[in-house]
Amino acid sequence: MQRSNIFDYKHYFFFKIAVVVILLAFIAYLAFEPPLGHYGGSWLGYILGIISALLVFWMTWYGIRKRRYRGSGATQGWLSAHIYLGTALTVLVTLHSGFNFGINIHTLAYGLLLIVVISGFFGNYTYMIYPRQMTENMGEDNLDGLLLRIADADKLARQIALIMPDDINNTVSRACSETAIGNGLLEQLRGYQPNCPTANAVAQLTLMGKDLPSDQRKPYRELYSIMVRRLSLVKRVRQDLMYRARLGFWLYFHVPFTIALLVAMMTHIIAVFFYW
Amino acid sequence: MKPEHFSIIIIGAGPSGLSAAVRAAQQNVSYLLLEAAAEPASTIRNYLRGKLVMSEPRALPLRSPLPFTASLRENVLETWERTIAEHHINVRYGAKVIDIIRSEQWLEIELADGTKLTADDVVLAIGVQGNLRKLDIPGGNLPQIQYQLDDPLAYQDETIVVIGGGDSGVENALALTGRNQLMILNRAEDFSNCKEGNLNQLTDARKRGALDWLLETKPQAIEINTSGEFPITVFAKTPKGVERIPCHRVIARLGALPSRPLLESFGVSFPTTDLAALPLLSTHYESNVPGLYIIGALAGYPLIKQGINQGYEVIEYILGNQVEPADTALLRDKFSSFCNDRSVDDVLEKIRKSVPLLKMLSALQLRELVLESNILLPEPGETIFNRNDYSTTFFFIVEGELDVLIDEDDIPDAALKAGEFFGEMALISGRRRSGTVRTKTRCVLIETPRRAMQKLIGSVQSMRRMLDEVAIKTAVHIGIGLSLSEKDLNDIASNASLKNYAAGEELFHEGDEADGLYLIQRGSVTVSHMIGGREVVLFYLAAGHYVGEMSLVSGEPRYATVRAAIETQAVLIEASRMRDIIAHNPKIRSELDARYLKHLQEQENRQQMEVVQESGGTLSQQLSPTSLISFLIQQGVGEATDVLLIDESLCIRCNHCEQACADTHGGATRLDRDTGPIFANIRVPTSCRHCEHPHCMKDCPPDAIHRAPHGEVYIDDSCIGCGNCQVNCPYDVIQMAVVHDQPERSLWQVMLGIQPKTAAKIDGPKVAVKCDMCKDIADGPLCVRACPVGAALRVNPEALLSYASDASGEAILMGSDEV
Ligand SMILES: Cc1cc2nc3c(=O)[nH]c(=O)nc-3n(C[C@H](O)[C@H](O)[C@H](O)COP(=O)(O)OP(=O)(O)OC[C@H]3O[C@@H](n4cnc5c(N)ncnc54)[C@H](O)[C@@H]3O)c2cc1C
Ligand code: HEM
Ligand code: SF4
Ligand code: SF4
Repeated sequence: MQRSNIFDYKHYFFFKIAVVVILLAFIAYLAFEPPLGHYGGSWLGYILGIISALLVFWMTWYGIRKRRYRGSGATQGWLSAHIYLGTALTVLVTLHSGFNFGINIHTLAYGLLLIVVISGFFGNYTYMIYPRQMTENMGEDNLDGLLLRIADADKLARQIALIMPDDINNTVSRACSETAIGNGLLEQLRGYQPNCPTANAVAQLTLMGKDLPSDQRKPYRELYSIMVRRLSLVKRVRQDLMYRARLGFWLYFHVPFTIALLVAMMTHIIAVFFYW
Repeated sequence: MKPEHFSIIIIGAGPSGLSAAVRAAQQNVSYLLLEAAAEPASTIRNYLRGKLVMSEPRALPLRSPLPFTASLRENVLETWERTIAEHHINVRYGAKVIDIIRSEQWLEIELADGTKLTADDVVLAIGVQGNLRKLDIPGGNLPQIQYQLDDPLAYQDETIVVIGGGDSGVENALALTGRNQLMILNRAEDFSNCKEGNLNQLTDARKRGALDWLLETKPQAIEINTSGEFPITVFAKTPKGVERIPCHRVIARLGALPSRPLLESFGVSFPTTDLAALPLLSTHYESNVPGLYIIGALAGYPLIKQGINQGYEVIEYILGNQVEPADTALLRDKFSSFCNDRSVDDVLEKIRKSVPLLKMLSALQLRELVLESNILLPEPGETIFNRNDYSTTFFFIVEGELDVLIDEDDIPDAALKAGEFFGEMALISGRRRSGTVRTKTRCVLIETPRRAMQKLIGSVQSMRRMLDEVAIKTAVHIGIGLSLSEKDLNDIASNASLKNYAAGEELFHEGDEADGLYLIQRGSVTVSHMIGGREVVLFYLAAGHYVGEMSLVSGEPRYATVRAAIETQAVLIEASRMRDIIAHNPKIRSELDARYLKHLQEQENRQQMEVVQESGGTLSQQLSPTSLISFLIQQGVGEATDVLLIDESLCIRCNHCEQACADTHGGATRLDRDTGPIFANIRVPTSCRHCEHPHCMKDCPPDAIHRAPHGEVYIDDSCIGCGNCQVNCPYDVIQMAVVHDQPERSLWQVMLGIQPKTAAKIDGPKVAVKCDMCKDIADGPLCVRACPVGAALRVNPEALLSYASDASGEAILMGSDEV
């Protein structure tokens, strides 16, 4: 279904603005050669610097704006602007620096900006690809529903396993209690558990069923299908948690580095004025 | 033995009957109160524990010795029990009335246990909850069998058999899953009588092993077990033989017996066959059976306070005292700006005389109508409503003249004068107003809410007929005949007929002979055509459009099949009559021709597209507009005016939509983002569809659910928390919740992630909450505006469906930027 996303929002309105901003900056950069060469302290450098600093504050404001629900306008527009103007901002800052890098607070601020921007790009990438995959994985189910179904499967499996030989019982109860679902960020990002007890249990159960007495065959088959169901549920839950983690984890860079950037940028500005 | 005799027998110890009994006790007449249950007020007793009983309508004064103020259910019951004791009320519990016969001398009453009683007058106040059907099998009265479930949390680790596969049985069973083992016995072969939401949860629960069911199964007997874990065993007849089910408890939800057949067996007559019809009563609440009075919910007054007042009044009337009804004060208030020099009864009489449609009502009905209505006194040139407004009220003209503007120009297309009425089109179609109405002179209008009108249409046959006639005429006028002469118009209208179709029913079939032109008045239809052996939906048409003109113009058989998407009503103009008109009216002829050609073109395009889709493999097959239309119609989009959709291929699951809703709506989100069916990455989440004919409005005692001019269906603060709307909404979007004021978070709180403290959570009353489309918030729905990626969107279904069926692919979906 065709509709506007954050990129083509209002027919690429913010994209067009960003392009214009970048072009203007380049034209100015190429057209006017300040007497002392390009650097932050030239008049052009100042203009670019002031615009960039304001833009950085404005970019940060997005984090607050998106949580102030009573405001007017659409958050979607803000994000579209955030992305395009953030990209333009990077160009402005680079031109502002006049490519004078060194080991100092100014370049640190620049580096932090790059981290924020790059993580932003990465975040954008995750927004583009994961939602669709999440839907494919979950269908109409939701996470709570799947967790409930796992719990129900556990209850049932444990009940049936009680009347089974010990090795089967142990395998099942190990699978039910030791299967990890999304413990820790790394595991979540990875989306699977190496040596997953449920997967192992299914594999072992396949072998264990061979020499059961005939009256246990029916409950065994039932148990087996429950464990297979459990495995597929567990996989889907892990997968979902993985997507969630990947959709969110880049923000652990984007936001803290934004704060670091603000601090570094303020220091940079004060330092510049101090050495005037 | 001669039956015991009383002057007055009051049947039903609900609020209405109790009030009557207390008044009778005060007046020292010989009376008896009969109650089927073992305790008084069984309806109130069945409310959920701890429910706040509210005393709507607030403006109505209470006049009865039976005290009643808004309070917890427990307090209300206790106060009433105390009043019963104080007044030594002569009450007999466990006394279920099964028959009332009018004899020469008096009224004879028969109880279920065979007892006979006689009375000069009988007050019937048995409410509308009906008598719960009981299990009529051996062991059906064991203590382990219950007919209600008050508190699902009270049962743990039990095996429970639920008998009955309707919504209430299924809901009870679902509420008990998790902590108990459940078995549902269903007489039918499936659960198709259940709401969709219940059905899904049910299949889910069975997949999880949380419950099980037996179909086509009837209980035969219940026996007590003398030993073992289970106290009772249910014997049930299944298609495979008799099954024994040992269990702890049986919950039987067999539905209620409706009250109408019972009343009819007492000789009470009803004005129409409509099931919603109310018995005909005099201004003193006396039915057509002399001496038999009907009050309270049974008489059509759905609130406790109204019933209590009537209990008092009816005793006074029986004793021959002319008391002024308690609501007269409200009427006087209404008339204060209009004819305040006359008595209330005089004004009512004047209204009745000036509007023929109102002459059809009984005095009591007219009184009710005016009580629920507003009196408007607009100046000349004032607009009553605008074309495309969503309001659904109905207007009677007592004095003055008005103009109707149907098309764009500012020239009146019709005139209205005193004695006439307007607003019937929106009432019938549930859609936007089809024209603007403006006053020409000073007017006196009665504006009646939709519900009051529907109650009347259900009860007064002649009124319905007259409304239908006018509606047909208006439909013809707007649909095809702005240029027709008055004579032609009347001629067509009087020969047109009204047709009703259930969802899925065909209006006509491809290949049929053309029988006429169908003007859709209410509901909507799909137009489909067989392509390559598959039925392909070509169009979706909502009320206000017509279908069937193609064959009329071409003279060929029907080219497509037209089917009702939801319950639909259409006006059929016969083919021969239509051809006559076309022959006489070149203007109409050219209009129809133009439409015919346009349709041909569109059909050609759509067909091309389907063929391309057809060959494009499974993925595009899934995305074909036809299947999308069918999916959306299944989700109730056909009867919606505004739906929330979530594009799951964009949604990053951040939940800001729900959070924004909760933050601005008393802490309770009105949408559930991650439940609801998905098709081609489009989810229809659990959120209000703002239906054309909102099912939720159907049974709201205080009439608290309304529709705002822009179409928003909302619940105002007179909600009494009865939960009827929750049950009636087929899409499960209403919840009962305590609403707290959510203070706006300050900048610091947002930055530091602090949740503001809500004033110490006082447990307020639970009321019904649902989406109001942020109608009080500038800039529109917040769910859509809070979504950072534009995944949440609200659509107007007509646009959506025509989008889905539009070959040119012009996007008409409203994104956040357009709301
Ligand atoms: C869940 C819910 C919540 C509600 N909340 C409110 C609220 O907050 N405020 C409000 O104003 N209204 C509320 N209402 C509406 C209110 O309950 C009714 O308007 C009111 O109970 C009607 O009173 P009644 O006396 O006419 O009938 P009922 O209260 O229904 O009383 C009828 C009595 O007659 C008895 N009876 C029935 N058949 C027979 C028979 N054959 N022989 C002898 N006795 C018989 C019944 O056992 C019952 O006790 C609510 C309704 C529901 C369902
Ligand atoms: C100076 C540059 C930038 C700053 C200071 C900045 C700051 C922020 C902040 C504070 C947030 C809010 C995070 C939250 O609370 O959820 C945010 C979100 C985000 N930013 Fe940036 N950002 C910058 C540049 C960029 C760029 C260049 C891009 C993309 C190319 C980008 C993409 C995003 C995205 C996708 C989000 C998440 C939106 C959401 O889920 O609501 N950012 N940014
Ligand atoms: S609450 Fe339910 S019935 Fe009422 S308008 Fe919304 S979707 Fe329709
Ligand atoms: S706000 Fe948008 S992205 Fe976030 S959960 Fe809701 S629909 Fe999905």
